[in-house]
Order: sequence, then C-alpha cells, then structure tokens
Amino acid sequence: MSTVPFWPVEASHYAAQLDFLFIGLLAITGFTAGFVFFLLILFAARYREGSGVERSTPTTKTWEWEVAWTTASLLVFVGLAVWGASLYVTLYNPPRDSLQIFIVGKQWMWKAQHPGGQREINALHVPAGRDVRLVMASQDVIHSFFVPALRVKQDVVPGRYESLAFRADRPGQYRIFCAEYCGTDHAHMGGWLTVMEPRAFAGWLRTEGGHGTLADQGAALFRNYGCSGCHEPGGTVRAPPLEGLYGNPVPLSDGRVIRADDSYIRDSILLPKKDVAAGYDPVMPSFAGQLNEDDVAKLVAYVKSLGSSAPAGASR
Amino acid sequence: MSGPPPRNYFNATVGIRSWLLTTDHKRIALLYFASITFFFLVGGFAATLIRFELVTPGPTFASPDTYNRLFTMHGVIMVWFFLIPSIPTTMGNFMIPLMIGAKDLAFPRLNLASWYLFIAGGALTITSLLLGGIDTGWTFYEPYSTFYATGYVILAISGIFLSGFSSILTGLNFIVTVHKLRAPGMTWYRLPVFVWSTYTTSVILVLATPVLAMTLAMLLVERVFHVGIFSPALGGDPLLFQHMFWFYSHPAVYIMILPSMGLISEIIPVFSRNRLFGYHFVVWASIAIGVIGFLVWGHHMFVAGQALFASLAFSFLSYLVAVPSAIKVFNWIATLHNGWIRFSAPMLYAFGFIGLFTIGGLTGLFLAALAVDVHVTDTYFVVAHFHFIMVGGAVMGYFGGLHYWWPKISGRMYPEYWARFTAILAFFGFALTFTPQFIVGYLGMPRRYQSYPPEFQVWNVLSSAGASILAVAYALPVFYLGWSLLKGVRASPNPWNATGLEWDVPSPPPPENFERTPDVIRAPYQYEGGRALPQAKHV
Repeated sequence: MSTVPFWPVEASHYAAQLDFLFIGLLAITGFTAGFVFFLLILFAARYREGSGVERSTPTTKTWEWEVAWTTASLLVFVGLAVWGASLYVTLYNPPRDSLQIFIVGKQWMWKAQHPGGQREINALHVPAGRDVRLVMASQDVIHSFFVPALRVKQDVVPGRYESLAFRADRPGQYRIFCAEYCGTDHAHMGGWLTVMEPRAFAGWLRTEGGHGTLADQGAALFRNYGCSGCHEPGGTVRAPPLEGLYGNPVPLSDGRVIRADDSYIRDSILLPKKDVAAGYDPVMPSFAGQLNEDDVAKLVAYVKSLGSSAPAGASR
Repeated sequence: MSGPPPRNYFNATVGIRSWLLTTDHKRIALLYFASITFFFLVGGFAATLIRFELVTPGPTFASPDTYNRLFTMHGVIMVWFFLIPSIPTTMGNFMIPLMIGAKDLAFPRLNLASWYLFIAGGALTITSLLLGGIDTGWTFYEPYSTFYATGYVILAISGIFLSGFSSILTGLNFIVTVHKLRAPGMTWYRLPVFVWSTYTTSVILVLATPVLAMTLAMLLVERVFHVGIFSPALGGDPLLFQHMFWFYSHPAVYIMILPSMGLISEIIPVFSRNRLFGYHFVVWASIAIGVIGFLVWGHHMFVAGQALFASLAFSFLSYLVAVPSAIKVFNWIATLHNGWIRFSAPMLYAFGFIGLFTIGGLTGLFLAALAVDVHVTDTYFVVAHFHFIMVGGAVMGYFGGLHYWWPKISGRMYPEYWARFTAILAFFGFALTFTPQFIVGYLGMPRRYQSYPPEFQVWNVLSSAGASILAVAYALPVFYLGWSLLKGVRASPNPWNATGLEWDVPSPPPPENFERTPDVIRAPYQYEGGRALPQAKHV
C-alpha cells in the first residue's frame, strides 16, 4: 500500500457531479458544525464559573431567535433536498438506446450475459462513453450491485427485475461489490468492472463470442420448453403471438393496459396468471422452478428480438 | 458524615424476595440497570471482536459465518436489549415519579411485569446466541431470514417479540403516570424536559412497537409454516417486510435518542446555572420529532426498488425531521450564554453529546440527499452516521445522566476526576473509532464485510485503535462507580444546586419518595444570579 486513499476514483461524469454535491454538503455542514463548536467553546470559556465577565439579565423573549434559526435551517435543508433529488432523477431516466446487459445475482456471485451471448462471472466489461443499462435479477436473496467508482448502487430483489443505468467515461478497472448482506460469502461476492475503449470492447466481444447471441439461445429454449407449441401459428392452444410485442401496450383481461417491457415478459413466464392478455384464457402454466433467471433472461432477449417488426396485434 | 444511613428505598427491606417482588419504581429501575448493563457488556464484547476481526483485510480470527453471527449479536443485543430500554427503564423509571411529585408510577405491578417480560425475552435471545447464534443481521431482511438463514432464528425473534411487550407496557405506564399523577401545581409547561421527552418516547413505543410484533410474527409464520408473505418463492414481497420493519425501526431511532436529548436538557441548565433557553421550543421539538419520525421510514429504501415519487417524498420529510433537532442544539448553546458554567462530569458528557450528535445529525443530511444516499447507503458511511447518533448521542447522554443522578440513586458521590477523565476519554475514543468509517464508507467499503480490499486497511486499523480506547472508557465507570458505592462521600439531597423535585428528597430517597405531596410553584431551571429557585415550595 503506497498511498492512503482519501477519495474514491471517478470513472464517470456522473461521479464527478455527485462528488460536487458531496463537497457542497461538506462545505455547508462543515460551516454549520464549525459555527456550533465555535459558540460552544466561546461560551464555555467566557461564562465559566470563575470568570468575572458581566452577565446581563438573561433573554426572556426567545422567539425571535427561534424563528430565525428554524427558518434558516429549513431553507438550507429544502435547498439540499432539491439538489440531491435532481441528480437522483437523472439516474431514473436512462436514454432509450442503452446497451442492455442482463445481470443475475446469486449466493455468492454476479453473472453477466451480454446481448451477443458473451457471459462473465464476477466481472463485467463495458465500453467507455456508451450508456449501459443493467437488467438485474436475483436467484435467491437480496443482493446489491455496487460500483463505488461510478457512485451507483441498486438492490437486486428476488422476484422482479431491477434496473441500473450508468455511463462509464474513463477506461480502467473498478471494483464491484455486493452491498446488501446476503450470507456467508457476502464479502467475496464481487469482482471487477472493466471499462474499455469502444474498439477494444468490440474486440473483446469477438473473442468472447461463440455461444450464439442471447436471443438465439432464447429461441432454442423457446422450442425446448414447448413455448412455440402455443405461441407460434398453428399451435394447439390459442395463445398471444409474440411478434411485435416488445415495447408495445398490451390490453389485459381486467381492463388495464400494460407496456410489454422486460419485467412484463419475465412475469408472464413465471407468473402467467398475474397479467393475462385480453381475449385469452388464463391457461398458461407457470415456469417458475423450471427456468432459472439466466434462462428467463435469454427468453426475454428472444421475445425482444421478435421486436416491433410486425405491427402490434396484426395477427389477432 | 458517619453512622448508619437513614431509612431509604435501598435499606428499607432486605432479602432477595424484597427485590424480585418489589413494586417500588426505584428498585425496579435498579433491576433494569443491572440487566441492561449485562446486555451492554455482551453487545460491547461482540463489538470488540468485530473491530478485532477488521484489523486485517483477510480473516483475522473469525470465519465469515462467525463474523456474521457476531455483528448480528451486536446489533440485536444493543438495539433491543440496551439502547431502546436503556434510559426510559432506568432513569425514567427512577426519576419520573420523583420529578413530577408522585409516590410511584401509575401501575407499579405492571412495571414489575414489564421487567419480567424483558428478562424472559432477553433469556430467549441470549439462549439462541448460546446455541450457536444467528446470521440474519439485526434487520432480519427477507427472504434471507425465512429460507436462507441458519440457527435458532425463531428463538431470537421470540425474545425480541416478548421484550417488545415490555416496551409497550413501560410506555403505557409512563403515559398514564404523567397524565394522572402530577403533583398540584405541576402543570404541563412546568414539567422538566426529561419528563416531556420520555413521555414523547412512550407514545412512540406504544404506537410503533406493535408493528414490530406483527412483522416478527409474520416472519415466524412464514419460516415455520411456509405461508407466503415476504418470500417471492411463495408469492410474497420482500419489500413489504422492509416497509413494515422500518415503520417500526426508524421511530425506534427516536426512541433511543429522545430520552438522551431530555437528559442533556436537564444537565446543561443545571451546570450552567441558567434557565433553559426556549423551553417551549425544546419541548415541541421533541413532539415534532416524534410525529415526523413516523413519516420517514422510506429513506432506508432509496436503492431497494421503491417508487421514484416515494423516494422524493421520503427525502423531503427526512430533511424536515432534521429541523427540530437543529432547534434543540441551538437552544442548548444559547443556554450557555450568560451562565455560570461548571465543567463537572455530567456537563462534559453533555458537551460530548452536542459535539457528536451534531456530527451525526449533519451527516444525516448527506444520507437524506437522494443521489448521495445511492452511493453511501449500506457502506461504512451509514455505520458511522448511526453510531454517531446512537452511541455518540444516546450513550453519551446515558452516561451523562447516570453521573448526574448517581448521587440521588446511590446516595454517594463518585470520584470527580476519574469521571471527568472518562468522559473526555470516551469522546476522543469515540471520535477515533467512527470518524475513519465516514472516509472508508465514501471510498465504498460495504458494511457487514468480514474481509475487505487491502486499500481500506489504514482506516480500519485507526477505527479499531479508537475502539480499544472507547472500550476502556466504557469499562472505567464499572470500577469507580463501584468504588463510590462503598467508599464515596455521602451525597447531600441537592449536590448540584438543581431545581427539580427529585433534589428536594434525601439521597437516596425514602421508599415513599415524598413525606408530603410537594406544592409546585414554578417552572424548572429557574436561576437568579446563579442561585437555584426550587420548583417546590419550601416550608
């Protein structure tokens, strides 16, 4: 250990923005604490028992002071709340054309699946300067995907997809941690995020490829698990066609309309009774327990690849 | 002074039965004091082992599973069996009847029953630890606690469940006592602030603790009978558990800190010999904290997948709840102005409280800022923040109050220089333990890690060094207060020149507290040129 670390590295523009907010908070709270401690020490010294300093009659009307410091605290706090919230909201609005990578957390590893079918364990490669969106699921308990250098973290709650968006700007290697306690090897559930120049990343994708794209792997599962028997034309049971489904609104049998995103497709595979498409009988069996989250991610990628090529609802 | 002490609550009756079947609030307070001191030592022992393990980045002496059991034990014991009961059941039990001019609490037998429930709960939880411990963390997050945790989880949560009922009954007792048993002339705005803050705490105990009981009961049903409530494998929702758990556990933070704030509000006027600045604002700040404290639980879930709008609302409310705490700090500082300040041990603890609580409160502003919370939640930054509040704040206040009322409780003075030395040692030991954790937290070290990357070691070694100083500062009172019980100078009824009713009775007080019901003629903390004006009319 050559130097004592004081400040975490900034691997993104967002990290710099967050650090600026943090420094702003340090300045404001440092000033406040300094003021309080200064008065405490000043009064303690000046009004110590033995000192002969003049004590004027104590203030009995205190409300002007109370109103003053209550208002001051309130204004500062509201300002800080707005600043902290506005930066947070940007995390919630990732650009639409983000690179989407599936992450599965399980005791005690992180597994990643790229759209091209490349897979990694306790490691993640991403291109610099490109918006990335991680779609994350947990196989067992709650985990939390944390990259300090990016200043982002997201709990991965089992039973649903969570999403984490970032754009890493500085190539390099940065630590990944699990931040939510998950059992014995919680402290070892981590690895390295490698941020690469786009050209180097393309090379990495080529050398790591060879399993077929995620959607291709999903297509194979789609046949093996018999999904195609109902969801493709000529099936024995009438089931909604999946071409052109992804990203479009779906009317449900109870009158709601839901957008067919990753979570909807995941739920439809594992909890088919939850959101039943209008005009169809709720006859689909659940695949919970048969498919793990890795396979569900492949199926989601396959359904996504069927895309919006066919106009929605054309074959109804 | 020499000769046998006059008849008091301590020597009025003798024998183990007279203690185990007592209904005297003062004796029950001592029963609690002995119990929570035991739990404090157990929880502190676990903390010592945790800090020892973290001296090196790899394994030092404990396996990951042992380490997970240690921090679970530390959290469970410290939260439910020390911090929550600490001040209300000891000093609250002992002092509230004395401070309001009553002979006892409203329900003396219920008070004793509360202690037995507490002991039963503590025994169950300690048993689960002796049988090998549990590895859930004190937060019992789902679905880990139902289907992945090992050990006697059911036994441990049954103990917490029982001790929760002890809290509820104690809270109920205090509420009724303050409403019904105030002496003539003791109007609400003449109540000492410690009574107000314990009253507010009691209301929170009665309203919030049942939610904890329900949550733990549901966890039990799910773990034993596999009824799906929180576990997604059974169709439950893990976030439901977090909402319910924090709906109790965030107000629980105020259960820990409000009584301590009340103690500080007693100590500062007495040792400044000055009226409390802004009495009404200090009182209403407690109530505001109690109310708003129920509306901020979601700030524990900013990265848990809660809705964006919910997070925005919880962030704003979290800033709002900081305002009354700031009001209190400013009023304590203003009380010093124009005072005659004595640097006695309780006052040094109070200064330590203000310093550490201010840091703890201000770092709470970082956590309430949504974007910052995303980075630092579940890291050592959070660990440092809540220890500044609960240990730097609540425990410093606890020791301040213990020294302040020690002459009244024991009838003896403690060795002043040892006590001052210990107060100063505790302050610096604490600061050295937890300040490095802010830095290592911002660097990104997650909490509950048995091993960590080597670049974090410097800060962990500093923290562990501070912890060893802090351990000494917590152990010293055992010796010098124990010595004072045997050899200390006999205390006069009012050694500090204070104004409250508890200082009008002998030290230690007689079993029935007051010979005659006191006649209260003025507000607390009234001083005229540094001379105390007692609350009760002296005849």
